[in-house]
Amino acid sequence: MAISNRLKNQHLLWRAAFGPMAENTAALDELSQNKLWELLLKTSSKKPQKIAVANNLVDGLVEGVKDLSMQSQLSKEQKGRMKRQQSRADLKNMNLLWMDQMINSQAQLREKMSLFWHNHFSCRVVNSFFQQELLHVIRTNALGNFGQMLKEVSRCPSMLQFLNNQQNKKGRPNENFAREVMELFTMGRGNYTEQDIKEAARAFTGWGFNAQGEFVFRKNQHDNDNKTVLGKTGNFDGDDILNILLEQPQTAVYITKKLYRYLVNEQTDDKNIQWLAQRFYDNNYDITKLLTDIFTSDWFYAEKNIGNKIKSPIDLMVGIRRFLPMELERDESQLLFQKILGQILFYPPNVAGWPGGRTWIDSSTLMVRLQLPQVLAAKESINITAKNDDDVNMGMVKEEQLRINRNKAYVDKGASGEIDWSLISKAYVKTARENLSQKIADSLLQTSSRVAAHTLDSFITKDSRENFIKTTIIQLMATPEYQLC
Amino acid sequence: MYFKRREFFQVGSLATASLMLPKFLKAFEKGNMVPPGNKVVVVIQFSGGNDGLNTVIPITNDIYYKERPRISIAKSEALNLNGDAALNPALTAFKDLYDDGSLAIINSVGYPNPDRSHFRSMDIWHSASDSKDYVYTGWLGRYLDHQCAGCDKPTQALEIDDVLSLALKGEKENGLAFTDPRRLYSSSNERYYKAIENSHQPTEETVDYLYKTMSETLSSADYIFKQSKLNPTSTIYPATALGKNLKTIASLIMSDINTKVYYVSLGSFDTHVNQEAQQKRLFTELNDAVKAFTSDMKKNGRFDDVLMMTFSEFGRRVAQNASNGTDHGTANNMFFVGGGLKQKGLINEMPNLKDLNDGDLKHTVDFKNVYATVLNKWLGSDDKQILGKQYEHLKFI
Repeated sequence: MAISNRLKNQHLLWRAAFGPMAENTAALDELSQNKLWELLLKTSSKKPQKIAVANNLVDGLVEGVKDLSMQSQLSKEQKGRMKRQQSRADLKNMNLLWMDQMINSQAQLREKMSLFWHNHFSCRVVNSFFQQELLHVIRTNALGNFGQMLKEVSRCPSMLQFLNNQQNKKGRPNENFAREVMELFTMGRGNYTEQDIKEAARAFTGWGFNAQGEFVFRKNQHDNDNKTVLGKTGNFDGDDILNILLEQPQTAVYITKKLYRYLVNEQTDDKNIQWLAQRFYDNNYDITKLLTDIFTSDWFYAEKNIGNKIKSPIDLMVGIRRFLPMELERDESQLLFQKILGQILFYPPNVAGWPGGRTWIDSSTLMVRLQLPQVLAAKESINITAKNDDDVNMGMVKEEQLRINRNKAYVDKGASGEIDWSLISKAYVKTARENLSQKIADSLLQTSSRVAAHTLDSFITKDSRENFIKTTIIQLMATPEYQLC
Repeated sequence: MYFKRREFFQVGSLATASLMLPKFLKAFEKGNMVPPGNKVVVVIQFSGGNDGLNTVIPITNDIYYKERPRISIAKSEALNLNGDAALNPALTAFKDLYDDGSLAIINSVGYPNPDRSHFRSMDIWHSASDSKDYVYTGWLGRYLDHQCAGCDKPTQALEIDDVLSLALKGEKENGLAFTDPRRLYSSSNERYYKAIENSHQPTEETVDYLYKTMSETLSSADYIFKQSKLNPTSTIYPATALGKNLKTIASLIMSDINTKVYYVSLGSFDTHVNQEAQQKRLFTELNDAVKAFTSDMKKNGRFDDVLMMTFSEFGRRVAQNASNGTDHGTANNMFFVGGGLKQKGLINEMPNLKDLNDGDLKHTVDFKNVYATVLNKWLGSDDKQILGKQYEHLKFI
């Protein structure tokens, strides 16, 4: 199969960003990949604005109960419960605001990489202030230096709390933090001993946070004796351990491999990994340089690396909304789909993050994925059917009615939207009618597999050019092929 | 083609035909169609961490009453089992089951290095992993992998829920989750899906995998819907979520579906505050639903083939907290209900309240031994392969 320039560009856009926009579809025939990569870098060069939804621990303690005398009447449990409720609401807001960035921000590469690090530094705590600060560290460093990000993340109260380092004290070490830093954040299993973990845990004693949600080093809880970690001995503290871990070439290999799985292919290629990891290490863990190595390599655009990745639920939802400019009736409905499809931002399944790949797919999630485009366009399809009045179409009307009933549960929750079809139609204005179906398929799908033209044909409304485009897009998004990028 | 369509149509037409038969003929037909001795497991998950000590109550233990001055359940109110242990007052049906030898209770079930986080501990129970390992498949999902290699329909394990639990996810096979067979049928019964499935030619591996999953889902949805109508139960179930779910399960058990495992959840049992009312409400829902279900199974001669088991991600602390509730704990009890129990009643000792770990119960039975027993002795499968290790079997079934 000849790989077209458009396919390569879309490949880059799906892997380094959240997919193409309908409006840009024409440009992708011409642009070179190097040029597009430069654009992606440029549009993500600015430091991000913090997504701020929560107050710190003290200010936010009893949000909503402004009357101090009333506050003092509340028991500790009541305050705690109110705080948790407020935190959950904040997390929902932050979730939607971040998703909005992924959909609408031009800093596509930054947000895409932030999603990767959000999963890498997987953390699940209810405290919204903690989560907000961690997300900001991640988004700020997403394209910067991995070592710097590791050090900042390790000082985040969210991570210290999640991995129980607040309880890690001299004489009573808690090994959770030290274990996960080695196992999941830097080297990966099998590259250190249980003894290394025990010793490293002692070095992290005293790392904690205060009531304002700030990092504190509690000297009196710190173990000042010598520790031996990965062959080195000294009176190490947490930063020393992180430096020792960064000195290990295995850390570069582990991160590169994980990133390769996320950006290139679940099946890793040893030669490519080795080359990338060595350069990543030599470049002192510069993430942008590593990404440039990946996205400007010929092998990245090889056929076997295109269209073989199952989109995560976020990739899928954001990808649809990137392609189709739309206004949802209720943004919160996106949380419902995150839940049903198995990826709620800020609620990873555990410290190892979402495993991805085929684990996204089971019978229930696949059917909801196929339904999703129809739900989003549910209002539109009502209009489409209203115009059908011949006998052949009567069957379609009935079917359409069934679909409307079926989608009702979601639509009632505000999951459908106003889609700007005229803008989308403009993208195809130069395409002749007989080529339109093919052109739309080429702009939506990364697989070589396609729904057979004659099969698709009977499910397309043809009474106007716009309706043809609408129904072709929605039907093609409702295929197994569209689940891949 | 990913499944044998011809065989499928036969099931379908039989199902339709049977609906039109006079009732006495249908009863006759049922005798032929339902394979006798088709053992099934019904798992009820208590989400949120059920307080085991107020479920099976140590009514002669002073420590229990001392540690729980306000939320303990008085001896006079609890449903006495053997003089030392009694059931929560809301569990009257379980008391009846105990009396007729259809209830077994295992106390102090847990695992080493217990985790007190809901989702992490639930992960551990679902995946049957050690507490330091992260495993992305569930014990019942791996049962499917093992049992069902090459099956054309993933209907051997069904969860009555919108979302499929980790427990039912395997490496290659997954269980199927739905709340209502009719809704499942309607959401997949679309000409478009069937049309693209029919015209799909094998191409790339991952695309084919998705088409295979879609194809299995469409055929399963059809199959489950038809089975659910084959011999629907006439027993009246309570109009609660669990009541409806157990009714769906009962109708499927009495069809000739190939399902071996049913999975359903109840919650939330996370009773940090005002425990009594919340636990009572949930136990009442449980009690009434299980009462209807067990009498249904007995009436239809299937009780001996059903093993119902309950679990929760952890138990709760021995001592109450300051809000008339309890905080996250560790070991817990499990119920086993059915006509085929080999050991009945309380089959091990009540938890030792003197020998605690930081205020929490120590486990004496690893839940993986329970899983191994159910997988091997009830479902007749290779538990060692599924759990990755040979766990000693218990004797209750």
